Amino acid sequence: MTQSAERTALRETAETTAHAETTAHAETPANAETTETSGSTSHAEATAAGALRPHAEDAFAEELAALAAVDDRPRPERWRLSPWAVATYLLGGELPDGRVVTPKYIGPRRIVEVAVSTLATDRALLLLGVPGTAKTWVSEHLAAAVSGDSTLLVQGTAGTAEEAVRYGWNYAQLLAQGPSRAALVPSPVMRAMAEGMTARVEELTRIPADVQDTLITILSEKTLPVPELGEEVQAVRGFNLIATANDRDRGVNELSSALRRRFNTVVLPLPATTEDEVDIVARRVDQLGRSLELPPAPEGFDEIRRVVTVFRELRDGVTDDGRTKVKSPSGTLSTAEAISVVTGGLALAAHFGDGVLRAGDVAAGLLGAVVRDPASDRVVWQEYLETVVREREGWKDFYRACREVSA
Amino acid sequence: MTDAVDTKGRAARGAGPEGPLLLGIRHHGPGSARAVRAALDAYAPRVVLIEGPPEGDAVVPLAASPDMVPPVALLAHAVNEPGKAAFWPLAHFSPEWVALRWAAEHGVPVRFIDLPAAHALALGDGDPPAEADGEAGEGGARDGGPGAAAPGGGRGAPPAAEELRLDPLAALAEAAGYDDPERWWEDVVEHRGTSARAPAPAPDGPAPARSAPAHPGTPSGAASRATELTEPRRASEAPDPYEPFAALAEAMAELRAVHGDGGHRRDLVREAHMRLRLREACKEFGDGHTAVVCGAWHVPALAARSTVTADRRLLKGLPKVKAEVTWVPWTHRRLARASGYGAGIASPGWYGHLFSAPDRPVERWMTRIAELLREQDMVVSSAHVIEAVRLAGTLASLRGRPLAGLGETLDAARAVLCEGSGVPMDLVADRLVVGDVLGRVPEGAPAVPLQRDLERCRRAVRLTFSAEVRELDLDLRKETDAARSRLLHRLRLLGVDWGEPARSRSAGTGTFRESWRLCWEPELSVRVAEAGIWGTTVYDAATAKARSAAEEAATADGAALARVTALAETCLPAALPEAVPVVMRVLADRAALESDVGHLAQALPALVRTVRYGDVRGTDPVVPARVAAGLAERVCVGLPPACAVLDAEGARDMRTHLDVAHQAVTLLARESPEGGEGAGSWSGAVSGADPGSRSGTDPDPVPDPVPDPEPKSVPVPGGAALLGRWRGMLRSLAARDGMPGLIRGRCARLLLDDGALADEEAARLMGLALSPGTPPAEAAAWVEGFLSGGGMLLVHDERLLTLVDRWLTAVPAEAFTDVLPLLRRTFAEYEAGVRRTLGELIRRGPLGTTGDGPASGGALPGFGPGLDEERAGAAADTVLRLLGAAADEAVSPAAAAVAPAAPGEPATAAESAALGESGSPLGSAVLSGTAASGAWGADELTATAASAVATANAVTKGGA
Repeated sequence: MTQSAERTALRETAETTAHAETTAHAETPANAETTETSGSTSHAEATAAGALRPHAEDAFAEELAALAAVDDRPRPERWRLSPWAVATYLLGGELPDGRVVTPKYIGPRRIVEVAVSTLATDRALLLLGVPGTAKTWVSEHLAAAVSGDSTLLVQGTAGTAEEAVRYGWNYAQLLAQGPSRAALVPSPVMRAMAEGMTARVEELTRIPADVQDTLITILSEKTLPVPELGEEVQAVRGFNLIATANDRDRGVNELSSALRRRFNTVVLPLPATTEDEVDIVARRVDQLGRSLELPPAPEGFDEIRRVVTVFRELRDGVTDDGRTKVKSPSGTLSTAEAISVVTGGLALAAHFGDGVLRAGDVAAGLLGAVVRDPASDRVVWQEYLETVVREREGWKDFYRACREVSA
Repeated sequence: MTDAVDTKGRAARGAGPEGPLLLGIRHHGPGSARAVRAALDAYAPRVVLIEGPPEGDAVVPLAASPDMVPPVALLAHAVNEPGKAAFWPLAHFSPEWVALRWAAEHGVPVRFIDLPAAHALALGDGDPPAEADGEAGEGGARDGGPGAAAPGGGRGAPPAAEELRLDPLAALAEAAGYDDPERWWEDVVEHRGTSARAPAPAPDGPAPARSAPAHPGTPSGAASRATELTEPRRASEAPDPYEPFAALAEAMAELRAVHGDGGHRRDLVREAHMRLRLREACKEFGDGHTAVVCGAWHVPALAARSTVTADRRLLKGLPKVKAEVTWVPWTHRRLARASGYGAGIASPGWYGHLFSAPDRPVERWMTRIAELLREQDMVVSSAHVIEAVRLAGTLASLRGRPLAGLGETLDAARAVLCEGSGVPMDLVADRLVVGDVLGRVPEGAPAVPLQRDLERCRRAVRLTFSAEVRELDLDLRKETDAARSRLLHRLRLLGVDWGEPARSRSAGTGTFRESWRLCWEPELSVRVAEAGIWGTTVYDAATAKARSAAEEAATADGAALARVTALAETCLPAALPEAVPVVMRVLADRAALESDVGHLAQALPALVRTVRYGDVRGTDPVVPARVAAGLAERVCVGLPPACAVLDAEGARDMRTHLDVAHQAVTLLARESPEGGEGAGSWSGAVSGADPGSRSGTDPDPVPDPVPDPEPKSVPVPGGAALLGRWRGMLRSLAARDGMPGLIRGRCARLLLDDGALADEEAARLMGLALSPGTPPAEAAAWVEGFLSGGGMLLVHDERLLTLVDRWLTAVPAEAFTDVLPLLRRTFAEYEAGVRRTLGELIRRGPLGTTGDGPASGGALPGFGPGLDEERAGAAADTVLRLLGAAADEAVSPAAAAVAPAAPGEPATAAESAALGESGSPLGSAVLSGTAASGAWGADELTATAASAVATANAVTKGGA
């Protein structure tokens, strides 16, 4: 139990400390496992109280326990739940004993089923999608449901080094005792291999290509050689890897096809309907506005709807009524960008206008979001304005505002 | 219906002496098909009865022909009304087809036992509950639905009173705890045969132990039956060929005991007929030697005891039409639910695969997907296929299915083979899940109704088939002629080129005249037969063909826009109101995605023409007008950026597009629905805007200050506003630096011609373009753009002529040779008279000083004050030789003017003779233009000159 408390404390501290903690676990794998099982409920409460954002397995510990209780289907080795139960955990549903599991992911059922099945085979899972499509969210919950631990995480950045994917060294020990297992600092991926857990790699395409490729051996051979010690770490059953990546952003490192082949790819779609998206944008804008201490815009809902409609239409290349096709600009036009356009407009209205979000406030932001490539996107935008917006009932002010900023 | 036990006994026991073998199937179910073959092999009946129109008995022997390749359809149609028809499509995996082939192979007679088409077609017409349509609506239904798919007669008429019809499979599936009847059927029947042979993957999958919630309307018996069916069969069990039929029949019996006819009211009549025929066959061949293949839904009814009298009573007094039955080729696409005459199967390709794959259907299927993707140059290795098969298996077990079905395999293929992308999956869906299979029917099949309909239409418009070519002039204002034109256009759409449009004799104003060259060639009959798959009447077939062509173009790449426009242009004169919206939608879509302004501009004229035709032919021009207006808008937006970076070649192309689009837009503004009063109003409006036209740099003509005279009455396309925007765009182009000179010059000219540019403004623009600072080549391009297409402008406006002349004289000698070809090209386009007048004007000396008009010289325009004998004499010999002695009195400058059409030196000589020495470089440019053009003036001139040369030759020979 002491170790559990220590763990809880460590979780809230910086990554460097996490290394020490993981070392401790690697040294005593058997011990670690017992802690894992016995500690999961008790430390959940402890963490939930203090953490700004508790981990999925802590926040939804109750649901996971309830599912585990009724789950009588075969579980792959070292899985906390059966694939069926994992899918139910993500998609939500009512359990035979009447308890309700909240949906974690609202979207096509197929996607979750394919993702869970992929993890059940020993293929790695790649979640692709534009920003704001809940990739990270899905991967976190998958790891929480499958392995009961969503913290074996490598965050991909342009500066992610090979040590973050394979292993590093504790230099003090290395110098003092020479290369030994004790001086080795395993990465989350290495730990997951040793313990048969689910590792996560966020923003895989941000990682430099040479570092990405270190995953190839891990995924195909399921082993991680440590040439310094003449040893290797072999993955045990239950190990798998979930990576998320962004396929529309600029400045990403494309996955080599060798690596790509080792993943099953699931593309997470954008919100299915305008209503869904308006809802997401409105809620998020509301949250952001509060944290930025902007006054709430009582009349702004129509404007949000229009912004979302414009984004959706340009993104999908077809108008909402499905009658007219339009060209798509080169930008991603993600939900996240719609949120920032509206937030920007809100700030404009609050500080320089009368506090009511109007067409003029969002027009400039909209232009900036749509016209990313001045040559081609401008034509797309103008064509859209002339052929779609101009004739739309009740959009006259919007059209004028857009023309004004586009001129 | 009540004696379920009896049903089971009879269906299952099979070879027992007490009853015929009833094989309840699902139409187009490959599992059923397999089971039927096994059951027939085991039972060896002496007659096979199949659910289908008895009229089809006559064409059954054709099914044995090696030329008959499914998918085909049994087509029944009313003789006098080809539009009234019904199809019974059969694929090679259809149980009925399997039974037909089995019978053919074993020399066993086949009889169709359904209600005769004669009654069915007659009923389908007058019956308010729209029985026939219902069959289609039911989607050739899971089961129990009759095999017939959509009858042709019921186009566009959905069942008026949509009764609550029971879908028996859906009911069973629901009882078994499935939400998708298709999947239930796949799990229970289709995968049954295969799972027994293929090693079931994913043994760790949970057994599909689904609870069977008691559906309120479903008897518990059926529920338990359904659940029982759902239990996976042990692979070790000895296969009993009758067992699946027995179980299904029992479930159906339970259902029918509760639901009766389930809303399919005509079924009772049909079943009565089936029973009568069955009884007949049993009497003839013996109870134990008769097999029936019919929808599972009918099995309980066929097994039920009923008296002959009762059945006869049901059949009494049914309406009747004269019906004929034939085979027509079919396609997988038309079997699929999406298309009009669909048989209600979403995945014929998958079913075909299940039926034909000898073993390991999932592995083979995945390999086929991989092959298809490899053809598209995607990297798909065997390792990929292995992983995809594994994922499909795991998915199936996660979803609690006994074997991976279509959904699982596609999901797996998407995640593993296509890297999550849906684009290649669309290809897979199109090529494999549906498939490109086309059936074939032997030559001897009876005539298709389309031929009859054509015959009828032909008589109605009083045309005769003749192998002789003859010309036909149609006046579209006359009823018969309009009908003829429609028929010919429709046939052309169908690929039956009986008539070829000939160039109208009264060329030019071709809006209400049309000329055709008619010629009936024997192979056209074959084409008509081929076109039979599109429909049963010329109208239906043409509509279906046009729609399908449009949809094809919607997904095609390449020059699709031009194709759709051409299609639209044929559709409108063919008067196909049901196809036009589809074509127009596709056109609008393609236009929206088209990034090449040139293509858009080229598409515009054809569309505008169709808008004009619409008026004459009485079709509604609003939709095309709206699409055309949208297209014009896109050209308007896209043109300026497209013109920005162009080389000389590109500028020339763009100029053509500009001309074409300008003409179209002008026409459109005049033709758009409000044109009646609008025609006057826009010209007024625009000329009102003119004073402001100098500020042509404003690219934004939208907040047009011009008050629209009737803003309320103008519908969406808004011709006047469009024209205003268009001219605003031209103005901005004309004034914008950096645009190619050719384009700028052209824009100025177009505006000037329209009266939208004041003369002074034009002069100013020309002055700007021809200022000394401009590179000569650029200026020459401007001149080309401005002056081409009619030189009267220069003749009448001396100021412009002076500007051009001054500029040209100022061009430095080294640049002159570069400029000359451009000018030549420009002037070569002019008509002879214009060119001569220009030369004359130039000759008269320094321009700008004698500005008092060409007639001041006192002589005829174009000629000097007197004949310069010496100079004329120099040319006289040549001219005489050209024209011959007979024409010697005609030797005059006028004759010489005709002569230049003759090739070679004499022409130039004559020309220079006629005009004398030119006074300025422009004169020489004009002359060179003449010589360079070679083809000057109209055809008659050439003809005259040619005959003159011929005469001259004759004279010379005679003289020799």
